[in-house]
Amino acid sequence: MNVLKGRSARAWAGFAGAAVVLFAIAPLALSDFRLGLLAKYLCTAMVAVGICLAWGRGGLLTLGQGVFFGLGGYAMAMHLKIADAGPGNLPDFMQLYGTATELPWWWKPFENPLFALAATVLLPMAVAALLGLFIFRRRVKGAYFAILSQALAAALAIWLVGQQATTGGTNGLTDIQGFFGYSLDDPVNQRLVYFVIAAALLLLMAIARQLINSRYGELLVAVRDSEERVRFLGYDPANVKLVAYVVAAGMAGLAGALFVPAVGIISPALIGIVPSIEFVIGAAVGGRASLVGAVLGAVAVAWAKTALSEEFPAAWTYFQGLLFIVALAFLPGGLASLAVLVRRRRKASPAQQTAAVPLGEAA
Amino acid sequence: MSELEIRGLRVTFDGFTAVDGVDLDVAPGDLRFLIGPNGAGKTTLVDAVTGLVKAEGSAKFGGAELLGRPVHRIARSGIGRTFQTATVFEELTVLQNLDIAAGAGRSMWTMLRRRKDVPEAVAQAMETVGLTDLADSPAGTLAHGQKQWLEIGMLLVQDVKLLLLDEPVAGMSHDERQATGELLQRISEERTVVVIEHDMDFMRSFARSVSVLHAGKVLSEGTVAQVQADPKVQEVYLGHVEDTAVVQEA
Repeated sequence: MNVLKGRSARAWAGFAGAAVVLFAIAPLALSDFRLGLLAKYLCTAMVAVGICLAWGRGGLLTLGQGVFFGLGGYAMAMHLKIADAGPGNLPDFMQLYGTATELPWWWKPFENPLFALAATVLLPMAVAALLGLFIFRRRVKGAYFAILSQALAAALAIWLVGQQATTGGTNGLTDIQGFFGYSLDDPVNQRLVYFVIAAALLLLMAIARQLINSRYGELLVAVRDSEERVRFLGYDPANVKLVAYVVAAGMAGLAGALFVPAVGIISPALIGIVPSIEFVIGAAVGGRASLVGAVLGAVAVAWAKTALSEEFPAAWTYFQGLLFIVALAFLPGGLASLAVLVRRRRKASPAQQTAAVPLGEAA
Repeated sequence: MSELEIRGLRVTFDGFTAVDGVDLDVAPGDLRFLIGPNGAGKTTLVDAVTGLVKAEGSAKFGGAELLGRPVHRIARSGIGRTFQTATVFEELTVLQNLDIAAGAGRSMWTMLRRRKDVPEAVAQAMETVGLTDLADSPAGTLAHGQKQWLEIGMLLVQDVKLLLLDEPVAGMSHDERQATGELLQRISEERTVVVIEHDMDFMRSFARSVSVLHAGKVLSEGTVAQVQADPKVQEVYLGHVEDTAVVQEA
């Protein structure tokens, strides 16, 4: 019981510390430009929270989170484009490329802000539920699941590129001006968007923590390590995996939705294969099974991408690939496993010293 | 209590018939040993009953047909099994392993919350298999015999009516075998237990009844004494004195 209390006290302290850093220190220490970049990194971290759950805990290597990030992002951007254009007008790119005189039918519901907001999370979750039912019931797993999810990311990106008149094609939905009535050009409102993102990240971490520590979280690890055995205990592992997959999709969707006001654009290049792999790399480097590790890893890798790709634009992709391979091959638990190791060493060392004395005497 | 009733069970893999028309009845409260040379079809028989491999014929437990149902449904109807190599969730603790085994019927709401205390059935099972002191140890750190006890404990909390155990004492010391045998006898007072075993000493000490399988068929059935006296059994399995000695030494 004391162990439990100690753990939850540490978690509260961690949350409080993170809140102080995100809401007080970062806004004071960083310029508007850097704070905007941090907002973008935190969106990546929100995707990593879901990856930690699905991959770290559930063993589902989700190489296609870009699909759900994109669905959330496009749902949000569609509403903002309609709102920017004003009542009765078409979004700018439709006037440029399209022949339509009115909104396509599937754009219309996104005029409603509540529908659009709900869709940013519920649409990715619904798509994930459908895909997951099909995938997990057919017992597709391991590398096949990873390849399938990656192919979906490629398919969505390619489809979007082909629909220039209704999705903006390769350009995506760009030049977004307002966010529910607030102008995004105003630095004060940009700050507001940053705060919303920081709060959302903490909320998602709290949800993920509850899931990981619940009985469901224990069962998810059991499914990851021995799916057959779980089946003989009377559970259907397909349902267990489905929950983690759907929750991770919802988190990626929310991340995509908040990415749009933070950066002002959503496009196929931001949701295809490469960004989908980048989401996973952050979690892998930081530690996929550790919530804090995955989040910090995601922020660090996103930051390194900005910093290094400014200096060495050509080398970054190779460096990133190398990072992924090194992390998976030599440090499968990510940097978080190093922290655990150090903590264990420190705890174990007094015991080891006392045990070492008689051994030394005997020698 | 219910009874296991197998009729004309056949399992074929790409033309090879592993189980060839087996009839088998196991009464409630029995402690039945399935013995037979390697390849006799013992494990395949258990695989068929628990839904892991497809089979023809009929396998009923408590009157309900098992064949054709998915694995987790069969498990929920009160049938549990272990495997030749102990499979426990190595990264989870003994307590977590047992808690998961106890929980297939839990509501969504219970699943999404943290485990606050040790459920009664789990505490009892830990006591029964003697792992109470190791409740918070990761299952991966247990000794081989302890893992097999943990598996049996998982079947107990799962509250199965029929336990199918595949070589539960393989690799155990003499004392551990003795303890496991006594445990199985106690368990079989309230449940039906079927044990696949190669260890003849263990079988003689604890079996209430024995079925001998050979080449996918039931060769002989009865008490230990009846089976040992059966000339057919002696010929294929127990007959060669040298072989028996080897089995006993191993």
